[in-house]
Amino acid sequence: MSLTTLIHGRTMTETVSAASNEPIVRISNVSKVFGRGAEATVALQDVSLEVQRGEFVTVVGASGCGKSTLLNLIADLDQPTSGVVDVRSKTAFMFQEATLLPWLTARQNVELALKLTGLGKRDRRSRAVELLELVRLEGSDDKRPHELSGGMRQRVALARCLAQDAGIVLMDEPLGALDAMTRDHLHDEIETISRTQGLTVIFVTHNMREAIRLGDRVILMGSAPGRVVYEESIPMPHPRVMDSPDVATRAAALTARLKEQGHTHVG
Amino acid sequence: MSVDGSVLTPVVDIVDAPPAGSGWPRKIWAWIWPKALAIVLVLGFWQVVVWTGWRPIYVLPSPGETLQTLWSMLGTERFWSALQTTLLRAVTGFALALVIGTAIGIVVARVRPLRLAVGSLITGLQTMPSIAWFPLAILLFGLNEQAILFVVVLGAAPSIANGVISGIDHVPPSFVRLGKVLGAGTVSLYRDIVLPAAMPSYISGLTQGWAFAWRSLMAGELLVIIAEKPSLGANLEFARQFSKAPLLLATMLVILILGMLVDGLFSSYARRVRHRRGLTAS
Repeated sequence: MSLTTLIHGRTMTETVSAASNEPIVRISNVSKVFGRGAEATVALQDVSLEVQRGEFVTVVGASGCGKSTLLNLIADLDQPTSGVVDVRSKTAFMFQEATLLPWLTARQNVELALKLTGLGKRDRRSRAVELLELVRLEGSDDKRPHELSGGMRQRVALARCLAQDAGIVLMDEPLGALDAMTRDHLHDEIETISRTQGLTVIFVTHNMREAIRLGDRVILMGSAPGRVVYEESIPMPHPRVMDSPDVATRAAALTARLKEQGHTHVG
Repeated sequence: MSVDGSVLTPVVDIVDAPPAGSGWPRKIWAWIWPKALAIVLVLGFWQVVVWTGWRPIYVLPSPGETLQTLWSMLGTERFWSALQTTLLRAVTGFALALVIGTAIGIVVARVRPLRLAVGSLITGLQTMPSIAWFPLAILLFGLNEQAILFVVVLGAAPSIANGVISGIDHVPPSFVRLGKVLGAGTVSLYRDIVLPAAMPSYISGLTQGWAFAWRSLMAGELLVIIAEKPSLGANLEFARQFSKAPLLLATMLVILILGMLVDGLFSSYARRVRHRRGLTAS
């Protein structure tokens, strides 16, 4: 299947290796402007993007490139100023901060998400315990957020995200605040879980190597105004190692590409 | 129009956190000794003033005599009947203030125009000395229970409403966003996220509301004396009229201790809530 991205009137075509049926997310010529008149800020300009069912897409860009705005549009937390956002599945969201509710235990935080999906009271507890086991937090069910480490808190957030029973998981720099070792562990787990559960993941990061470590496809975004400048499928086998030379080489090439796009825009 | 957080700090916070020690006896001792010391200091100062002969002994009795009177007072039916009346009024008034204050707080926090109109009025009511309401209350209701309850509710409800408003104001926006992401509707957003998040501020509103309710009640019982119905406030007034200084002071001690006990309950509940959320220093 061919995917088309419009960049400044130019057309670029990439081949997508993932599933070959209908795209689960289709964003067509979407722009998002905040404010009006002289104070208006263009957060996204003419962004087009398709994501296939089961695909793991990573989005990279400097801060202010509209990555989070893009996720908010896909999650239906915000509406585009123009263009069409077509999302064919329920979405779940994972933030940079774990955002666990401090008055609830780890298990209760997961249970709240289950409750809001309409799961009956009797099944909630056992399902929450299952999900916490899935993210390797067995035995920490009754801990409160402040008793957990940063990595464990993000694991709870991951379990809660899975509890929403959504086909698409949106991740907004969820590991940005973690130390390298914890982050590596969570890469492995997010990758394994998303594949075994058949999830579509859109993962936003500012770290190019993290994007290559995880993504079936990497999308580069430029800032002011936010737009897609380039995208590339990553054909390397999974699981990849973030510190490997292969990843580093690709990261350097893509980073150069991003800078070059930034220059052409500014110049 | 924002509610100043400092308004909501508890008026009296005598009960301090017990330091984490090993074993119950140590904890209890650590909890008791500051209070015991405070009592010894007060009684000592009082006794010294009595010894100086500043006022005659029938006006300012010694602590010993007062405590003796307190002890014998505890054996009279009149005292227990007065205590019962006062506590019943306190509980009824506070419960009413709780319901009214909470409801007003939620509505005002949610409805923006109302917020602009009423928000500062609530803070204004909070600064209004409750005793200033009594003449009006007596005109409206007469010398009866309703007049007292009216003023107790007016004293306590604004603090409680302010606690709710400030709590809802300070709910982190990320929690609200989370609620939307999880698909919470308005009811669920409030029940499961906003109100629990506002709890610490709500509890300090309740603590302050209690202090105001207790003060208003005592003022009310001094002013609105209902025949054949002894209360702690009425007992104070009688003790003054019949120049029974030891009885007067003994009753004052009871009022002080009751107020502190209830405040202590609120404080310890607030501390438990903060602790569960990891808001206390370990």
